[in-house]
Amino acid sequence: MSTVTDLLQQVVEGLGSGAVYASLALALVLIHRFTGIVNFAQGELAMLSTYVAWQLVASGMPFWLALPVTLAVSFAGGMLVERIVIRPVQGAPELTVVIVTVGLFIFVNALAGLIWSFTVKDFPQPFPDGALDLAGVRVDWSTLGIIGVVAVVMGLLYLLFQHTSVGLVMRAVACNPASARLSGIRVGRVLMLGWGLAATVGAVSGVLVAPVLFLEPNMMGGVLIYAFAAATLGGFDSPVGAVVGGLFVGVAETLTGAYVDVIGADLKVGVPLVIILAVLLVRPQGLFGRAAVERA
Amino acid sequence: MNTLTTALGTGRLRWLRAALTVLVAAAVAVGAPFYFAPFQVFQLTMVLLYAVALAGLNLLVGFGGQISLGHGAFFAAGAYTAAVMLDRYDTGHLATLPAAAAGCFLLGLGFGVPALRLRGLYLALVTLSFAVFLPPLLKRLESVTGGSMGLTVDKLEPPAWSGLAEDQWTYFVVLAVTAVALLLARNLLRSRVGRALLAVRDNESAAEVMGVRLALHKTLAFAWSAMFAGVAGCLYTWVIGFVSPDSFSFVLSITLLAGLVVGGLASLYGPLLGAAFVMYVPSVSQDLSEAAPGVVFGLLIITVMFVAPTGLAGLPGRVLGAVTRRLQRTAPLDRTPGAEPAFGAGPVPDAHPKSPAESGPSATVTPADPEVADAEPVGAPPRTEKE
Repeated sequence: MSTVTDLLQQVVEGLGSGAVYASLALALVLIHRFTGIVNFAQGELAMLSTYVAWQLVASGMPFWLALPVTLAVSFAGGMLVERIVIRPVQGAPELTVVIVTVGLFIFVNALAGLIWSFTVKDFPQPFPDGALDLAGVRVDWSTLGIIGVVAVVMGLLYLLFQHTSVGLVMRAVACNPASARLSGIRVGRVLMLGWGLAATVGAVSGVLVAPVLFLEPNMMGGVLIYAFAAATLGGFDSPVGAVVGGLFVGVAETLTGAYVDVIGADLKVGVPLVIILAVLLVRPQGLFGRAAVERA
Repeated sequence: MNTLTTALGTGRLRWLRAALTVLVAAAVAVGAPFYFAPFQVFQLTMVLLYAVALAGLNLLVGFGGQISLGHGAFFAAGAYTAAVMLDRYDTGHLATLPAAAAGCFLLGLGFGVPALRLRGLYLALVTLSFAVFLPPLLKRLESVTGGSMGLTVDKLEPPAWSGLAEDQWTYFVVLAVTAVALLLARNLLRSRVGRALLAVRDNESAAEVMGVRLALHKTLAFAWSAMFAGVAGCLYTWVIGFVSPDSFSFVLSITLLAGLVVGGLASLYGPLLGAAFVMYVPSVSQDLSEAAPGVVFGLLIITVMFVAPTGLAGLPGRVLGAVTRRLQRTAPLDRTPGAEPAFGAGPVPDAHPKSPAESGPSATVTPADPEVADAEPVGAPPRTEKE
């Protein structure tokens, strides 16, 4: 295999994992846009959703039926989390909010362990085996499937936000909650909706990554770090940025793992750290984000 | 209520009370290892050691208002510094303590520089990803750190003249270091550095206008805080005699933050209570199931943030405040008909005199919380509201 096809091969694989990061990053960005919160529990909520999907499939439901059910459950769950856990600290200092989401992280992680134990579970691969041969580059159906699903999710979100009245209302709240409230929008409900959507998008990432990583309560810990890097790179208030950032982080991770011997597979998790640090030091608002101007 | 606060909080009485507390605490601390079984003494030792790490984290989070989700990494750095020195260079235990402290101080200084530009969330992100990155890094540097097998080193040995058992001697050594560390943290907060830190936490711009050098103090806060974590890590190596990358996963960092929050942010003895939590909650609830400590911790953190942002350390003060408020509220209520006959025409106005009585004490009681009064020069009540 020539070096060029080898490189392309790595890029394709990077895009595959990047799509998963993009989807979790998108969930983070959604919540950040609506509430100004970075949800440290986002990955764990996605992991919980994945367990729901696993339970449904294990009890005999076909995967493609279990998926929409899981997404619906995640949506409801996300709304519930906003109402019960986040609403009481809305407007509190950042420190308080971060600590609450960290508490949620610990709780959800342990809850999954309590219900489903910490043993690793096989998660069914929804896409067919085999691969497509594109001029010597092997593209697994599963990689294509992941990219396809994430693309569909993004398309749907775009339609929702740009072409529906609910989307308009949501954008209004994200843009200026106080004005939105004054013009008669029930801001609280919109925030719940935002969290529900984020949990759904996050659930997609969990379900997609589970066949690769295998299902266990700590499955999403690593993915969350990559998603943080993706969201930081793209800018925490830019959905497009999250997607671009996710793909970039995925490719960067795979390439460094493959070509930089010092890093290798085990130290790949240093890549997001370097990306986060570099972005924050050079362009803190991210590639697509707007710089926040603060008045003291 | 006034008599209560004066009795608790002023002049000679207060000094006497403080001296008495210290004496009793010292007596209990010194007596404990002769009373408890070796395993319990070991647990107490661990509580003391965690308290050092939490005191450091408290400097940064509670008093500095910066968030670190990566203090486990500094803890690990301290532990490995000590272990490597003992393992490869056979330096003896005493030399490892200043080395770990200095090393982690410098490491913290290095991290403090990006921390200047990173506020709140971003600092949390960076520190978290550092904590996630460290274990694989330790595994990789196998020639020095022993890889995933870790390093086994000598524990502390009691000298013959002491006549103490190993667990007792270890306890006393850790107790001494902890006492010094906690005293240092307390004095640091009462110094210029501490006041600057509080000013920065409460209003960065105002602090800068008042002449506080922001960059210097934010970086130093990180460095001091990392140093405490490193010292705790060094003690860990002394006590356990074994380090491995898996003992310092990012769960440790999160547990430390959790312990601090439950114990009480921005409180001087919150770290001790928090350390007891970090030690005993897992060991007690682990019998129920592997997941139980996490469930308990997670729920507790959220609950504490909702109902008692001052943590366990602030709880007595809050309860006392609530009780005195209740007493205060009933007292004027009895007086109302007599004292203000002009209002006492019907049942409706009767409700009004109540509300000033309600808002009055709540405004005065809060700053008079014993917990805050203890930390008086430190001054600021823990952050519960947006500035």
